[in-house]
Amino acid sequence: MSAATMTNVSVTRAEVEDFLYHEAMLLDAWRLKEWEELLADDATYYIPANDDLEGDFKSSLYIISDDRERIRQRIIRVLDPNCHAEFPRSRLCRLITNVRVTGVEGDIVKAAANFSCYRYRRYQREFVYVGRYEYQLRKSGNSFKIKERRVLLAAHELGSLGSVSFVL
Amino acid sequence: MTGARSFVVDDREKGIFLLDREALVSDEVLRGEMKNIFAKCWIYVGHGSELKRNGDFHTRKVAGRPVIFARDGKGQVRCHFNTCRHRGALVCTERKGNTRRFNCVYHGWIYNNDGSMARVPGDEAYTAAFDQSTFGLKAPARFEQYRDFWFMNLDANAQPLVEYLGAATDYIDLVVDQSPSNTMQVIAGTQEYDVNANWKLMVENSVDDYHLPSTHSTWLNFMANSGVKVESPKDPSLILPTHGLAIDLGNGHFTTDNINFRGRPVAAWIPIYGEDAKPEMDAIRQELVERVGPDRAKRICDTNRNLVIFPNLVINDGSSVTIRTFFPDGANKMHVTAWALGPVEESESMRARRLDAFLTFYGPGGFATPDDVEALELVQQGLANYTDDRWSEMSRGMGREAAQLNSDEHHLRTFWRHWDKMMAGEQAGEKA
Repeated sequence: MSAATMTNVSVTRAEVEDFLYHEAMLLDAWRLKEWEELLADDATYYIPANDDLEGDFKSSLYIISDDRERIRQRIIRVLDPNCHAEFPRSRLCRLITNVRVTGVEGDIVKAAANFSCYRYRRYQREFVYVGRYEYQLRKSGNSFKIKERRVLLAAHELGSLGSVSFVL
Repeated sequence: MTGARSFVVDDREKGIFLLDREALVSDEVLRGEMKNIFAKCWIYVGHGSELKRNGDFHTRKVAGRPVIFARDGKGQVRCHFNTCRHRGALVCTERKGNTRRFNCVYHGWIYNNDGSMARVPGDEAYTAAFDQSTFGLKAPARFEQYRDFWFMNLDANAQPLVEYLGAATDYIDLVVDQSPSNTMQVIAGTQEYDVNANWKLMVENSVDDYHLPSTHSTWLNFMANSGVKVESPKDPSLILPTHGLAIDLGNGHFTTDNINFRGRPVAAWIPIYGEDAKPEMDAIRQELVERVGPDRAKRICDTNRNLVIFPNLVINDGSSVTIRTFFPDGANKMHVTAWALGPVEESESMRARRLDAFLTFYGPGGFATPDDVEALELVQQGLANYTDDRWSEMSRGMGREAAQLNSDEHHLRTFWRHWDKMMAGEQAGEKA
């Protein structure tokens, strides 16, 4: 049944919040194998360039534009001790707020949230990534699978944030 | 110039090259660089394709100077200092746009997009000695292009750009030839990030293939996981999967010139592109063969090259084409800007593959660049001991009789020798 003909699933903001807080905990704790279990088989993960937030990944140079296989490879990479940018691993702490359900189409729930993600590396500057998450979540039983995860950075340029070498 | 100090030990007889680490940490050295290098050399400003229509503009900082890179009402590409002639405020604060006029918000002085003065409000208050027409926006002393790559020079006496680029033009041509109409374009989406390291470490890193196996093992692992052949060769002199050279192009410019193994959108297929890309990539190669001949087509498709235009422009003609430039912000920090470049007539599907290939390696979220950034920042942190651990060792390959390999340090020495001469006050145009 296509999303167009499917009855829209019912969802509450609290359900979405619970899911996003759980995801944030897994990401901050580097429990990326468990995080991967939250992904749908067609999951994508995008971070557009700061100066072209509306651009399409097929015609605009993104910072990250991962399909499901690339996400799998990214997890392999960032958990490898030879991923020098994340070894020793950054300490991460993300705050998620302003959670909103922005739409429901069939079993797809669209949700948005603001975040600040603090990243700390020994002897280095404090990195504070601030922006908005835009999700497409597929309702799956009592929980969700992530279909699309889009990170829109608030800063005009990445600048002193340097790299996005972890899962933001 | 007598009395100028040198920062290198260059003993060609013994085959030893050492760099004084003070060159990477000193504010005084940075002041010397701004005067002897950034104010003397041709510095990359932008690509003509960024200004599609008359009136288009981008504001950016080039060597610390706020400039407006603009196409005026008649189609001429220009570079204005973004500084009001009245009291010095920026006259344009938008990142990019299209305009006929630049209006200073402070007292309302207005400039045309060709830089000329349009209007001084309340001009009746000035004497006859005040000639409005002389108050157009100032511009760098020189502004010239090679194949739509635009450079500024603050030195009115500099040699012409094309002469300055010299043999490096051959390598720019290899990029531009990738377009059937010889028209490359900068693609939307800019990567701008800081590295807390001296800017010259990025010069080294951009062409140093010695670091690839150790810094980028996770990338090599990803390539192998994706079906790309990356086994180490049997030849013990090679540390990379294929043979590559380091070439001195004169005037401080240099390049790597490698047999490709990592795929190229024009046009060397690897499994990462997917089976469905094969017919289109075959057609791209066929068009190239017909247009430039089989030898040059092979040259373009089956080699990859990281080119450095002294002092701070890098064109990585690799698994994608990147333009990368970077400027010091203090001795211990740089701002990096990177763009993707592609043929203007590229299909939507090939454009998507090009951008995807870019991100497999390059950029702040790529599978390699973040580890380069980390390595450079580790260097800068380690250099805090420079007074007691003074010299960086850069002799690799000096004893080699044959051509210098990409994994040697010949090209890095090329940079440092030229840098050292310029810091001593010699002219940009002198051959190494």
